[in-house]
Amino acid sequence: MDVLLQQLVNGLILGSLYALVALGYTMVYGILELINFAHGEIVMLGALVSVTVLGVLVAAGVPVPLALLLALAAAVLVCMATGVLVERIAYRPLRNAPRLAPLITAIGVSIVLQNLAMILWGRQYLSFPPVLAPQVYAWHGASVSNVQLLIVAVAALTMGTLLLLVQRTRLGRAMRATAQNREVAGLMGVDVNRVIAATFAVGSALAAVAGLLIASYYGIAHYNMGFLLGLKAFSAAVLGGIGNIPGALLGGLLLGVIESLGAGYIGDLTGGFLGSHYQDIFAFFILILVLIFRPSGLLGERVADRA
Amino acid sequence: MPDLLPNRFYRDPRLAWAAYAALAALLLTLPFLVDAGMGRSWVRILDFALLYVMLALGLNIVVGFAGLLDLGYVAFYAVGAYFYAILASPQLGIHLPFWALLPLGAGVACLFGVLLGAPTLRLRGDYLAIVTLGFGEIIRIFLNNLNAPFNLTNGPQGINMIDPVRIAGHSLTRPIEILGLKLPGTHTHYYLFLILTLGVIFVAIRLQGSRIGRAWAAIREDEVAAEAMGINTRNMKLLAFAMGATFGGLGGGLFAAFQGFVSPESFTLMESIMILCMVVLGGMGHIPGVILGAILVTILPELLRYIGPLQEGLIGRVAVDPADLRMLLFGVALVAVMLFRPQGLWPSPVRARELHPANPDEVRQEQEALYDAER
Repeated sequence: MDVLLQQLVNGLILGSLYALVALGYTMVYGILELINFAHGEIVMLGALVSVTVLGVLVAAGVPVPLALLLALAAAVLVCMATGVLVERIAYRPLRNAPRLAPLITAIGVSIVLQNLAMILWGRQYLSFPPVLAPQVYAWHGASVSNVQLLIVAVAALTMGTLLLLVQRTRLGRAMRATAQNREVAGLMGVDVNRVIAATFAVGSALAAVAGLLIASYYGIAHYNMGFLLGLKAFSAAVLGGIGNIPGALLGGLLLGVIESLGAGYIGDLTGGFLGSHYQDIFAFFILILVLIFRPSGLLGERVADRA
Repeated sequence: MPDLLPNRFYRDPRLAWAAYAALAALLLTLPFLVDAGMGRSWVRILDFALLYVMLALGLNIVVGFAGLLDLGYVAFYAVGAYFYAILASPQLGIHLPFWALLPLGAGVACLFGVLLGAPTLRLRGDYLAIVTLGFGEIIRIFLNNLNAPFNLTNGPQGINMIDPVRIAGHSLTRPIEILGLKLPGTHTHYYLFLILTLGVIFVAIRLQGSRIGRAWAAIREDEVAAEAMGINTRNMKLLAFAMGATFGGLGGGLFAAFQGFVSPESFTLMESIMILCMVVLGGMGHIPGVILGAILVTILPELLRYIGPLQEGLIGRVAVDPADLRMLLFGVALVAVMLFRPQGLWPSPVRARELHPANPDEVRQEQEALYDAER
């Protein structure tokens, strides 16, 4: 029971991070039908920027809460600027091009960002400054640290803000309209280019928050961290039904839980044949299984077959 | 070979033969020219370029002909490579002959293609992409971990000392002398790969124009319409997957024998993405374009190694480590090419006309007709 509870708690924490990143994928996909491969690198950028700024500020004696906020602000600014710039340079000119062309530019941008980060920050792992004294709470045999609780709280707050933005504001309505039908939204007076840029900005801001949280969760940041993370987050978005915001939340949480349960139980399930290093297989296997039985994801709508 | 050359060559067969003869002469002497001009390591790169041409043509069947986005193509390459590596190395102490294993490996890869394809082919475009991607990762993780409880793949260390290709009892890794001409291993592999690549090109061209190829094109353009025309879309898509996987397995076997060493490192998602880049960059669905794309994407990162000396020449010192800058520039090149030529560097004439119509009025009328039909 303790193990189960502990794995569930771990899974939910990890899952909230996946969900945060998955939202960025799903928002862009909802509007452009584009797999934004560079999104994982934006998360990486957010992590590296926030760790660097935080390190400098803490060393300069700035109080910790203020330093955290400033680091977050810096990461959000850098990521938003990068996200919007990437959209402007690499995606907008290709909006009416063959479908795979923007996919290749996305891959190109991802390679560029990764190598740029490698040149700027070097190949070594940056460690997250120990700003919060770790404190562990025990609850029914499962343990949670204050950092983990803070991570979940910030992630939930960010996602709540996003939902408000999408459901309650003018910009959010414009986004939903553009996602439904770009041409008609344009005819209704929505400035489609601005809305798409705004979508990238919002998605990148989420990525920045996720970057900071992930760096504090693992305690390290590295130029190479974006790729696999992006892959998993994208899988989470697909699991939930890509283009669907609640779907990304559900998919992220589910993937996190599946992964940590998988890591904990895969040995028992297979009679010791497969060890915990197969946890990624577990995640992908569930993903494939879900898609076979629900081809458009858990919450995705049935879309008409159109190439 | 249809549409490899501009039209005027068909009108004058003598010109066409002259062009083919020149091309053949170039291909035959290329390793010697490259060896003399740029060094032995470049002949090796040339061998890899040919290997990638085969792989890209295989993926082109899936992505370019049938329009199915496959992000896990490297899995089939891995299956072919490990199949050969396991059955022709000290790993299990089995040493089966290369010429028996190569077709078998391709067959096993084909089987994997069908296994993956059968349950997943009713997925829509990007969902299929993520499933194939997941499959690729699953294969790689298995290769990485199948050293326990039974050591099949030797885990992350990979399999070493794989048997080389043997032709009439002679190992291709050793230099060979024919008619007083000394051929080192890189050169003999070049000729072997060249012959096989030509075979693959031939098969790809014949497939494209065949009944099957036309069915694939119909599915790519509009699956619903294709099905309405009586095409068994499920079987056709499965066939595309299987054919693509077969080529991948073939490439894998050659890779293992050529390299003498395989490890899971060689079969990451990035490798799949690179092969996809070759296909899309060159011109999806257009065989000469894909060949061009494969050669460029193989050679460009190697050429970019000269960035270091170039920096020294330009600004007097090496400001940024060339190894770091190399992939950065490669990424920039990918973006730039797609921005300037979204349809690829050498698209098929039909594609090019769709995107850059000679007569805009005609297209507008066509679109209006389509719009009416949709209502």
